[in-house]
Order: sequence, then structure tokens, then C-alpha cells
Amino acid sequence: MSTAGGPGRSPGRLDVRIDHKAFRSADGAESEVLRGLAFALAPGSFTCLIGPSGCGKTTTLRIILGLDRDFAGAVTPEPPGLRMAAVFQEPRLLPWRTVEQNVRLALPPQERIPAAGDLDRLFAVLGLAELRQRYPGELSLGLERRVALARAFAVMPDLLLLDEPFVSLDEHTADRLRAHLLELWQAQSATVLMVTHNVREAARLADRLLLLNGRPARLVGDVAVPLPRGARSGDALGRFLATLAREHPETVLA
Amino acid sequence: MPPLPLRLISIVAFLALWAALAALAARSEVPGPLAVVDFLTREAADGELFYHLSITLARVAAAFVIAMAIGTAVGVLMGQHRRLDRLLDPWIILLINIPALVVIVLCYIWIGLTEAAAVTAVALNKIPNVVVTLREGARALDPRLMEMARVFRFSRLSLLRHVVLPQLFPFIAAAGRSGLALIWKIVLVVELLGRANGVGFQIHLYFQLFDVAAILGYALAFVCIMLLIEFVVVQPLETHVNRWRPGAVSRAA
Repeated sequence: MSTAGGPGRSPGRLDVRIDHKAFRSADGAESEVLRGLAFALAPGSFTCLIGPSGCGKTTTLRIILGLDRDFAGAVTPEPPGLRMAAVFQEPRLLPWRTVEQNVRLALPPQERIPAAGDLDRLFAVLGLAELRQRYPGELSLGLERRVALARAFAVMPDLLLLDEPFVSLDEHTADRLRAHLLELWQAQSATVLMVTHNVREAARLADRLLLLNGRPARLVGDVAVPLPRGARSGDALGRFLATLAREHPETVLA
Repeated sequence: MPPLPLRLISIVAFLALWAALAALAARSEVPGPLAVVDFLTREAADGELFYHLSITLARVAAAFVIAMAIGTAVGVLMGQHRRLDRLLDPWIILLINIPALVVIVLCYIWIGLTEAAAVTAVALNKIPNVVVTLREGARALDPRLMEMARVFRFSRLSLLRHVVLPQLFPFIAAAGRSGLALIWKIVLVVELLGRANGVGFQIHLYFQLFDVAAILGYALAFVCIMLLIEFVVVQPLETHVNRWRPGAVSRAA
């Protein structure tokens, strides 16, 4: 797992190397959460980062997003070099702005003008066309998550980071949103890194699974998902998950 | 808002009580509502009333704008930077506890009996309150929204306008409300001590003449102006800014 090649020229390629990341608690004690974590994401790929809760997945994502710079290592290219978007665990919408304003505010300044009709398709795909003038407080959690997805895709990101974007939704709603995510990703060919502890979800969406475990956490597995996306259901998916669980019992069953 | 008739009954009851007490006292130092209205019509007719009211209103406005601007800026900075907070906190405590009268007298002595000294004295009295309120607001800023804005590369201006200010608005409104009430009371003291016009000066004048109807007349006239500002400026603004809150529409209706 080396980060050979240096900064990739192709947009969306990302090299992540976290040699050491620790948090200091209030009493001054230091606890190391990540050590020697390194991986590269190919442009246009869909990768899921899997691991038990509290193992450092979100921390990894925050480092890549440039929200946490207190670590030893490097992320190349650094955030300004890539157009990035994120979907957080909570929707993180501005409650005092409408659905449409929330999406437009994330766009680069010259693209914010309401005259541009380019958001119509995105809102239509996500079923938000009727809700553009609503405020987030009037929406259900599922709808707010859709707005967060719309905001992320509106940016046309090179790199899209998602942190458990479908937790605490009912399975039906989560499934529809997963389908929307795949549809939009395939249309835009962004590089996607999604954090989840739901292995089934990861195996259905991703090209590649990165398994994170231990304390401090490191990569314990790097698994390509061999099945075509159309065939990821029923027995085939079950067999893949069973193999995965056998090979990585601590991470996948955790 | 409660139904209007109840408010109307309350106001009428107040006036009736006042009239009854005045009639009971039957002395010139306790004028009834009619005597006050009579004074106000005379004072309004020769233009005195509006001249002094507008002078005082201008001083209130100037001190208010200065105090809110400086207080908000300092308060937000103190709420965001812990070291600055520790550095300036003793000053704020000092300033908040100095009696208004001392600040006014010192301003007049050091700056002179000028308009600038009057407005500075009033603003200095209000600034620490605004700082303390806005510091709480800045401490309560949601870091999750700030991170979102960073990831999506909001410009400084749109961060301020779309993320920070809407979160600070309830604190600005609270500081503004209490500020307006406090400021106009202090402005009267400033006028009494060192100005030759304004409501405070008039009240001082009529105090020397023992003319209670005039004193009450000026006080009531200014209270009415403040109520007008509340209903015409503050409340509509609040309804507009809070339109996103669930239930805001039904509350306003």
C-alpha cells in the first residue's frame, strides 16, 4: 500500500497517507486513533470505508475534507486542488434558507444566479421539484437527506465524501436514496468515498471496500467487489458477504 | 399576539385608574390624563414638542447604531477567540459596573460639553451589554454548519450573510430590544446634564417649574415613539427574519 505516483494529474485521483492521528482528552492523555493508514482512490471509483463505530472512519473523512489538519501525513492533492462535496451524517442544511437556496449557496459564486435552469434535472431526479421553496424545518429527515445529496451533486464534485448518509432512515427510504446516489454518481463520474458500518450497503454500492479496524486503526483489508452492480442481490450478494465475513471476522461482523 | 380588545381594555383601564387617582388627589402636582393631553396639544401646536423629540430621537439613533456595531463586533470576536475573551473580559466587567452617571460626567469633562461627548457617553453605557449578549451568540454558533460552509468553500461574505448572521439574529434582537429601552433613558440623563435641547432638557426645565403635566407629557410622547418603532420596525423585521421557523406563519397570523 504505497502512495506511488505523487499527485495524480487526472482529476479526482486522491492519495491519502495518515501516519499518525491522535486526540488529546481534557486530562491531557493522548489516544492514538489512526496509524499508518494509506490508500489511493482511482478517478471515478466508488469506495466504501468500513469498520466498527468509533474506529476512526469519520476522522479519516474529516482529514481528507481538510477539516482536521492536526495529523502527521499528507493528502494529495490538498483540498483546494479538487472540487469537493460532502454529505454528512446529519443533513447540515441552513434552516433559514429554502431548499433551493441551500443548494445554490454551495455552488461557486458565478453559478449561483437563479436564472440558470441547470438544477431542474437534479431536483427532478431526487423528487424535490415541488419542494424548492420549502424550508428544511418543514421536511422529514429523509427529504432533508435528499437535499443534502442534491447540494453535493449540484457542485459537480471531483471528489464526493459521504459519512453514513443513510443512517436512521427506514430501509425503504434508504434504498431509494442509495439508488439515487448510484444514478447520480454514474451520470457525473465523481470519485466517491463513503463511510459506513453497514457492510451490506457497502457491498451493494461500491467497487472496492476498505476495511478499517484496531486501536489505533489501520487498514485490515482492501477488497474489490467482483459482482456487477446488476447482480448484487440474493444469493450472489449473500455468498460475497459470507466470504468477506469469514476472511475478516472482526471487522465485518462487528 | 393576543386579541386586540383585551389590549384595548387594559389601556382604557389604566387611563381610568389614573384619572380616578388624580381626581382623588385633587392637587396640581398630580395631573389627570386630560391635563397631560392638553399640554401635549399646546406644545405640539407651537412646534416645541417635535423639535425636542426629534433631537432626542437622533441622539438615541446615533448611540444605538454605534453601540450595536462596536458591541457586536467585539462580542463576536470574544466569543470566537478564547484568549481575546480572557484578555478583554475584565474590561467588560469594569465597564458594565461603572455607574452611567460617572461615564457621562467623565465624558463631558474630558471631551467637553459637545454632541460627540453626549453620544459617546450613551454608547459606552450600552456597549458592554451588547458585547456580553453577542458573545453568548458567538459561542453558540453551530460548528457543524461552519464545517459545511468550509467544505463547500463559502466566501467570507456569504459565510457571514447566510451562516453566521442568521444564527446571531436572536441575540442581536435581544441586545437591540433591551438596548433601545436603556439608551433612551440614558440619553435623557445626558441631556439633563449637558445639553440645551431634547426631551431630557425639557423635563429638567419643567422640573424646576414643578410642571408635572409637562414632565408626563414629554415622557409619554417619547414612549409612544418607542412603541411605534417596536410595531413598525422591530416586529415586522422579526417576522421576516423568522419566517423559516416552523409555525412562524401561523404565529404571525
